[in-house]
Amino acid sequence: MSKVSTVSDVSDVRGTNGKRLLDVRGLATAFDTSEGIVRAVDGVDFHVGEGETVALVGESGCGKSVTALSILRLVQAPAGRIVAGRIELAGVNLLELPEAEMRKVRGAKIAMIFQEPMTSLNPVLTVGYQIAEAVRLHRGLSKREAWKEAVRVLDLVEIPDAAERAAGYPHQLSGGMRQRVMIAMALSCDPRLLIADEPTTALDVTIQAQILELLDSLRARLGMALLLITHDLGVVAERAERVLVMYAGRVIEEGPVDRVFAEPHHPYTRGLLRSVPRLGRERAPLATIPGVVPKLNALPAGCRFRDRCDAAVAECASVDPALEPLGEGRRVACIVATRRGGLES
Amino acid sequence: MSAGSTNAPMASAGSTNAPMASAGGTNAPMASAAASPLLRAVGLTKTFRVAGRLFGGDRSVHAVTDVNLEFGAGRTIGIVGESGCGKSTLGRLLLRLLLPTAGRVEFDGTDLATLSPRDLRAARRHMQIVFQDPYASLNPRMKIGRIVGEGLEVHGVASGKAAREQVLELMARVGLTADAYDRYPHEFSGGQRQRVGIARALALSPRFIVADEPVSALDVSIGAQILNLLLELQDERGLAYAFISHDLRVVEHVSHQVAVMYLGRIVELAPAREIYTGARHPYTQALLSAVPTVDGKDRRQRVVLGGDVPSPLDPPSGCAFHPRCPIAVARCRVEAPQLVSDGGHRTACHLVGDGNPSAGGDVPPPVRHDPAPA
Amino acid sequence: MLRRLLRNPLAAAGGLIVLALFAAAAGAPWLAPYDPSDFDAAYVLDGPSVRHLLGTDGLGRDVLSRMLFGARVSLMVGFVSVGIASLVGVTLGAVAGYFRGVVDTVLMRFVDVMLTFPTFFLILAVIAYLDASIWNIMLVIGLTSWMGVCRLVRAEVLSLRERDFLVAAEALGMKPSRVILRHALPNAMAPVFVAGILGVAGAILVESALSFLGIGVQPPQPSWGNILTEGKSTLGVAWWLSVCPGLAILITVLGYNLLGEGLRDVLDPRLRAR
Ligand SMILES: Nc1ncnc2c1ncn2[C@@H]1O[C@H](COP(=O)(O)OP(=O)(O)OP(=O)(O)O)[C@@H](O)[C@H]1O
Ligand SMILES: Nc1ncnc2c1ncn2[C@@H]1O[C@H](COP(=O)(O)OP(=O)(O)OP(=O)(O)O)[C@@H](O)[C@H]1O
Ligand code: SF4
Ligand SMILES: [Mg+2]
Ligand SMILES: [Mg+2]
Repeated sequence: MSKVSTVSDVSDVRGTNGKRLLDVRGLATAFDTSEGIVRAVDGVDFHVGEGETVALVGESGCGKSVTALSILRLVQAPAGRIVAGRIELAGVNLLELPEAEMRKVRGAKIAMIFQEPMTSLNPVLTVGYQIAEAVRLHRGLSKREAWKEAVRVLDLVEIPDAAERAAGYPHQLSGGMRQRVMIAMALSCDPRLLIADEPTTALDVTIQAQILELLDSLRARLGMALLLITHDLGVVAERAERVLVMYAGRVIEEGPVDRVFAEPHHPYTRGLLRSVPRLGRERAPLATIPGVVPKLNALPAGCRFRDRCDAAVAECASVDPALEPLGEGRRVACIVATRRGGLES
Repeated sequence: MSAGSTNAPMASAGSTNAPMASAGGTNAPMASAAASPLLRAVGLTKTFRVAGRLFGGDRSVHAVTDVNLEFGAGRTIGIVGESGCGKSTLGRLLLRLLLPTAGRVEFDGTDLATLSPRDLRAARRHMQIVFQDPYASLNPRMKIGRIVGEGLEVHGVASGKAAREQVLELMARVGLTADAYDRYPHEFSGGQRQRVGIARALALSPRFIVADEPVSALDVSIGAQILNLLLELQDERGLAYAFISHDLRVVEHVSHQVAVMYLGRIVELAPAREIYTGARHPYTQALLSAVPTVDGKDRRQRVVLGGDVPSPLDPPSGCAFHPRCPIAVARCRVEAPQLVSDGGHRTACHLVGDGNPSAGGDVPPPVRHDPAPA
Repeated sequence: MLRRLLRNPLAAAGGLIVLALFAAAAGAPWLAPYDPSDFDAAYVLDGPSVRHLLGTDGLGRDVLSRMLFGARVSLMVGFVSVGIASLVGVTLGAVAGYFRGVVDTVLMRFVDVMLTFPTFFLILAVIAYLDASIWNIMLVIGLTSWMGVCRLVRAEVLSLRERDFLVAAEALGMKPSRVILRHALPNAMAPVFVAGILGVAGAILVESALSFLGIGVQPPQPSWGNILTEGKSTLGVAWWLSVCPGLAILITVLGYNLLGEGLRDVLDPRLRAR
């Protein structure tokens, strides 16, 4: 691990969740596109505590995946690059690490799993080989030990007959099993933080439940932190302790899940929660948020949610609200909410 | 055909069943349903033949098996189930976009199989489809106005200026602005494209629409807009919907009746409210408990099903659900349960309905996972 | 699209060659210094000079003028025979792909049978029975080279058949002919276009070969193939009679191939990096 530790300048404002593992400050990531430079992530602040499950939610294109890729410094150059911010892992600013050091962080300290498990696995290698290879790379084990380790983690993710399955190829596995393999691979190096980018979106409801259950129990057993990226508010409610709500490249609300869901402060969060169909409410029209998510290169001035917002006041057109603390470990980026100490429902 | 150009092409002259005639002559199995149904599926079955392994010969996929449903005007039947259980195949069978291996579809009392290709094409204006993927469902080389208006042209309903006006009206109704008329699909977001798809389906004033996962590809807030639109249109026009989704939350939201499918068969069919308050089939119960809900962690007891969804290429013996069923008994492994009605609530499970929950005897009596919240 | 094509230097070169050929063929009557069948009796088999830039042939005709008029023949043969091949191929391919089942099986077996004949010998055999007129040649080349296009279109339509917008068209009650013409084919034409451009090169080669063998375009009508024939017999004394048509054929075929390959890269999204 690197010796270029930097002392965290925010170490004294720890959250309610004990030690901070990951601390992201003012992260901005931009892409060169045919329509000019687009800031897909535009000043994102958040932290993840040791062993904590934090959910990152938001609608398609709001920058969830780009945030995750930025943390691992995997944003595709040259079109995309991190243009501002710090990303501290246990006090070390990842953005200042040389690439060789960063490679040791990836997989070993922070692991990531993706939505589509098939594309992340090499179809011509056995799953056991692929896991063993990762283990050897990061932990320097012998071939034989690495294979044993591969079988162990496959067993850990509750794949039946792990020893046999290790010798099988990805296409012989169902979608749910493949996602288990991806999780096994991610866990093989005992990371401190697992980033799961929509890990269950491509799976069936019952399989989705299995995978989420598995992730939950593994997190508790291995004491790692989980950054769970999803667009399913139900998944957030059931699995996360804290939630970050993103809109058009920004985190616009943050806080403990039960509090945020019971009493959302940001008008967007409130609208989003109201538009979710729920069990036990028959055929009533859903509340909706009017309009569509704005294009990132054509954001309105002031608050970027303004032209869809039902709580907007004249000032919203000129002030770009920052994420302000509002007590109970909650923060919100809305001048109306901050002023009133919350939104009335 | 002679009646083809009237506005009720289904009323073909030689038809034995008088189309809209009340009760007379029809032997509706559900005595409670007063009017004869708009669309009726009887014993619908579809088997696909797929090339087997080398030297293995062809194998068959039983995509849909013996499905019976009745769609009434202004009513929605929600069809739920996991990927590959045959929902889309069923949707296409209902519209005769796929030919059934067995069974039939009656629209307004006329068996669609008896229509000539020409009459079938004429009949299509009464039954339409909305798709899941807003990107694949619009011809990328046609302008929005053409896409929406093509049906009018094909059926000779309107043309030229009149057609343009009707299209603009429809577009306004589904929430598209007039300037969309001359633009191409790729210039629109998923939600807007879905509106185009709905406008196209509505253009011919159909009476029955198959909505195949219309919001699955959309964001929640956009999906909510589309669901509301579909509900409003139903109230306005008395449309009947077959609403297909893998998401029970969405299905409950729009349906009067819900059909739960597993491996090509309906395993439970009941009024929506009963599905959510008193699901009887263990699969439905598991599905309900697997649905993540926003309403917090103080939730009902969770049943996480083990195992994978089996391949329809070689379905398990007996009850197809038995390898994953938490309450399966010996009988489940050998005998396929029938869909049995109990006061309008149909369930296909040996342990439900015959009042003898421990029929097999080698397993403790079933634990009911009551989905009602504490 | 044009910009992406031009960004590929080889494709741009191909495009340039094809354009130049078009210009040469179209402008032949004005560009040619002499009538292609005028004899200049004093300059028989004369090498390149100021008077005859590319020399003259055994009858004292200006080779440059004959080459320019020969370009017209080449282009016409190329495009007309590819047009015929595309018409047949696209029609049969679309029908097979759309209707599937028995229709598909029968048509594809027919394609297989056609493919088992060595095309060139088939053409030779047919030409032996028919007059060796340019029209017959184009017809025969067209009718023996549609199978590739047919397979392409069939595959494309077969996959489009599963796309929702085609299902939607069918659900709206459109006739199969309308679904195919308005919805399937416009989305299946890109590979046909590429295959067509590549096919032009092939057809030009076949025509040249036939004319070279003396069973193609008949003198006195000039064609690169029959100029080359004369070049063969006088190779020792008049190199320009072989080199000019030879180079012209080479460059033309190269040009169409480069353009075709470039178009494929631009049009085929499967090959395009996202
Ligand atoms: N390689 C890229 N080049 C240009 N723009 C990009 C690139 N990758 C992402 N973007 C843009 O960045 C924005 C955020 O994308 P991101 O993938 O993070 O969204 P997301 O929140 O993960 O959405 P989803 O729920 O659809 O996965 C999008 O508007 C996208 O267009
Ligand atoms: N044309 C076909 N040929 C062979 N098999 C098919 C064909 N169409 C569907 N199937 C098979 O039939 C079964 C049911 O497919 P279907 O598309 O109806 O499922 P579904 O419930 O709509 O699933 P999803 O939720 O993934 O859309 C699947 O196993 C599928 O592989
Ligand atoms: S029939 Fe048997 S196996 Fe099937 S669901 Fe009922 S109890 Fe389970
Ligand atoms: Mg993403
Ligand atoms: Mg489907």
